[in-house]
Amino acid sequence: MTKILIKGARVVDPANNFDSIADVTIVGSRIVEVGKVPQGFKADRTINADRLLLLPGIIDLCARLREPGEEQKATIASETTAAATAGITGLVCPPDTWPVVDTPAMANMIRDRAEANGQSRVYPLGALTVGLEGEKLTDMAMLLDAGCVGVSNGLKAVSNTLVMRRAMQYASTYDIPVFLTPQDPWLLGNGVVHEGKVSTRLGLPAIPEAAETVGVARDLALIETSGARAHVNLISCGRSVTMLGEAQSHNLPVSASVAIHQLLLCEDDIGAFDTRYKVFPPLRTAADRQALFEGVRTGTVSVICSDHQPHGADAKLAPFSEAAAGIAGVDTLLALTLSLTVNKQLPLSTAVAALTCNPARVIGVDRGHLSVGANADLCLVDPTEEWILNDESMQSRGQNSPFMGKQFFGKTHMTMIEGEVIFQDADRFPG
Amino acid sequence: MKQIPLEPILATMVEDIRALRLDQPLIIGIHTGGAWIATQLHESLETNSLLGTLDISFYRDDFSRVGLNPKVQSSDLPEPVEGRHILLVDDVLHTGRTIRAAMNEIFSFGRPASIKLAVALERPGRELPIAADIIGKTMELETVQQAKICRTDSGLQFEIVTQTSSSD
Amino acid sequence: MVPSDSKIQFDQQGRLRHFLTINGLPKETLVQILDTAESFISFGQREIRKVPLLRGKTVVNLFFEPSTRTRTTFEIAAKRLSADVINLSAARLSTTKGESILDTVRTLEAMHTDLFVVRDSASGASHLIASHLPEHVRVINAGDGRHAHPTQAMLDMFTIRREKGGFKGLKVAIIGDVLHSRVARSQIHALSTLGVDEIRLIGPRTLIPTEVETMGVSVTSDMVEGLSGIDVVMMLRLQRERMDGQLVPSEQEYFNRYGLTDDKLSYANPDAIVMHPGPINRGLEIASSVADGAHSVILSQVTNGIAVRMSIMATLMGGQEDT
Repeated sequence: MTKILIKGARVVDPANNFDSIADVTIVGSRIVEVGKVPQGFKADRTINADRLLLLPGIIDLCARLREPGEEQKATIASETTAAATAGITGLVCPPDTWPVVDTPAMANMIRDRAEANGQSRVYPLGALTVGLEGEKLTDMAMLLDAGCVGVSNGLKAVSNTLVMRRAMQYASTYDIPVFLTPQDPWLLGNGVVHEGKVSTRLGLPAIPEAAETVGVARDLALIETSGARAHVNLISCGRSVTMLGEAQSHNLPVSASVAIHQLLLCEDDIGAFDTRYKVFPPLRTAADRQALFEGVRTGTVSVICSDHQPHGADAKLAPFSEAAAGIAGVDTLLALTLSLTVNKQLPLSTAVAALTCNPARVIGVDRGHLSVGANADLCLVDPTEEWILNDESMQSRGQNSPFMGKQFFGKTHMTMIEGEVIFQDADRFPG
Repeated sequence: MKQIPLEPILATMVEDIRALRLDQPLIIGIHTGGAWIATQLHESLETNSLLGTLDISFYRDDFSRVGLNPKVQSSDLPEPVEGRHILLVDDVLHTGRTIRAAMNEIFSFGRPASIKLAVALERPGRELPIAADIIGKTMELETVQQAKICRTDSGLQFEIVTQTSSSD
Repeated sequence: MVPSDSKIQFDQQGRLRHFLTINGLPKETLVQILDTAESFISFGQREIRKVPLLRGKTVVNLFFEPSTRTRTTFEIAAKRLSADVINLSAARLSTTKGESILDTVRTLEAMHTDLFVVRDSASGASHLIASHLPEHVRVINAGDGRHAHPTQAMLDMFTIRREKGGFKGLKVAIIGDVLHSRVARSQIHALSTLGVDEIRLIGPRTLIPTEVETMGVSVTSDMVEGLSGIDVVMMLRLQRERMDGQLVPSEQEYFNRYGLTDDKLSYANPDAIVMHPGPINRGLEIASSVADGAHSVILSQVTNGIAVRMSIMATLMGGQEDT
């Protein structure tokens, strides 16, 4: 078994409340010690990690890989490789591929393809209803057996409340996490931007705040009565944070995530129909952005994800209401999250937890931490290294990012899954 | 800067215009300098001919190069030009392009019987086959010089200025 | 600061190159357009109604949404400027399949188009087109979704200035379906830039967009209160397809509350003018007696439309070649 010694990194492991310079020793797939090197340990490879951060491998709770169905935009191979270069060791994928992941065979196929590629792990979500049509429940237990880490209806609302209630009840039978992106379909209508001063100025069909809050209210009531373990994915409104915080204070089993861009952008960034800023749920007000940030800081929103949505070049070259929504975000998830820790706005341990142990807990995998005996899933990051996102540095096949051309701090130098190096910076670790 | 009083120039022009014995001409001055001179001539001639003005901005041939004049005024012709004898008045005749534009504009109103051209100052440098019938004064100027008509307390006068950038 | 939606309208020398929205255009630019339009007005009376300003230039009227009226005024305006005019009314598939809006525009651009006049049902379509054309090609927005209809607003401003002599001290009411109206949005920007005293929007809450107060207007749902002391009444068209019982209960109720009748108009100033961008729904948003009455300037709006559009085209097309 290969023995690895990582020397001198600042190890940040929020699950163990650990933040200190320490040597980490790995034997085979497991971490054997964090702190001092065991006596007589003879490393096959010693990695000098002075001035680097050593973090648990990042688990991105919402990333679309476009395979199967839209391989012209991206593939499992292209996106898991891109994710690995950005410190991401696990990607949770919504079931809204084509075909939809509503059968065990589809889930198996996705996992097999990811495994064959040997980059970041892929954790598929199974469909909540057949074809995401909101009518018939899927074979959730069998989807779970096939490796799905939860069930979800993607971005399609289950408008029939009775179906939703039964889906939650059924999922709770097997303790399957239910991923929700609550939206009232009628209030959502054909909206494309937040209803407010920007929708009014640009004359774009709007999505009122109530489209989300009505959905959250309904789903919280159903969670309460069904006992389902729920995860509210991709919230966009400050009011939703308040409602979720209240539910959590009553010990409702509900966690929440926010896409990183919701913590950095708001409706004003849309400017003059800039389709790069078209996302769903939409960018809302600066006040919402602040409330979402507070939600992350206080832990109500425990997870930050990329909501990675790679697109082809032409998808954004259309009038705003017809352009595709979404940002290709795996490349920038870590660097953007680290930017929130500048000036101690967000404690580093909170930021790292939101990317690692918290998402791991949501999907119930024993990863995202650096305990002795744990899987050696980790990444080494230079927090001060400057880089610019451009079509050369961007690894995702989707080049759709409003952060294109922007400067970042925090570059991943190495990513490891179960002791295997899946990515290393050739400049830093030649050969 | 050199100044040339307009009084004697106008006197010459009035005399020459009388000699032409035009039949009830419609006197048309080109904005802005030509219109001032036309007004003066109209007074001195003591005729009952009517006076009109022309803003040739929409007919200039350098539109795509310099754009629209920010102070386009509307052309004001008191009577139809159809079948009339026209006395077209401008301050300076140089390249001939202004007169070309003015004639095009006049024809957009109708077909005149004839057009005579009267200019206060004629300088060489024609770029089109255009000649004046009445010339107040002929003067040679350097390429960088420009004659501009100005209002002063003692009446209208020409000022010869050296251009800093090319226009016209 | 120039708002972001306006930056694209200017070239590097700060000259106006596209006319997409009034938001962000300086007052001098608007006044200049109105002044130039004033001198074009007289051309309608000449024997030859053409000026040679755009001789040899090609103007493409690209209408992805049908509108014979607006297209015709642009066509007449371009022809009076001596341009070659091509009318293209194209149906557009609003899906990713089929030819995209940019494919169509690029094909036409390759045929040496100098100016596009674009109408589309999607907000921002003309911005999209303008940002993907070479430097020398101009774009005029002839209406994009609910966003803007700047030439209509300019002809309204021209009509107001002719009737009222200016904008200072004027109180203006805009009545009806503001939510779906690109005309209203452009009118609001134009009126505030030109410095009217007050802009009031009148309509039921279902037809007034959220946070519209951020555009510098006040909102009321009461016609009597809204029309009191008003100098200019700008009616908006209420499309009958909005009458689905969700935004407005019925035509009867709408006309009862917001239809402009002589009685309601009597609360406005005695010399108030009544405007409407057309086509008029008589008996729905306005009574025939008002539309055809002494206060109405609706027909002059149509006449003025040509001169204003000539002015805008001439402003964009002049002075392109640098020396």
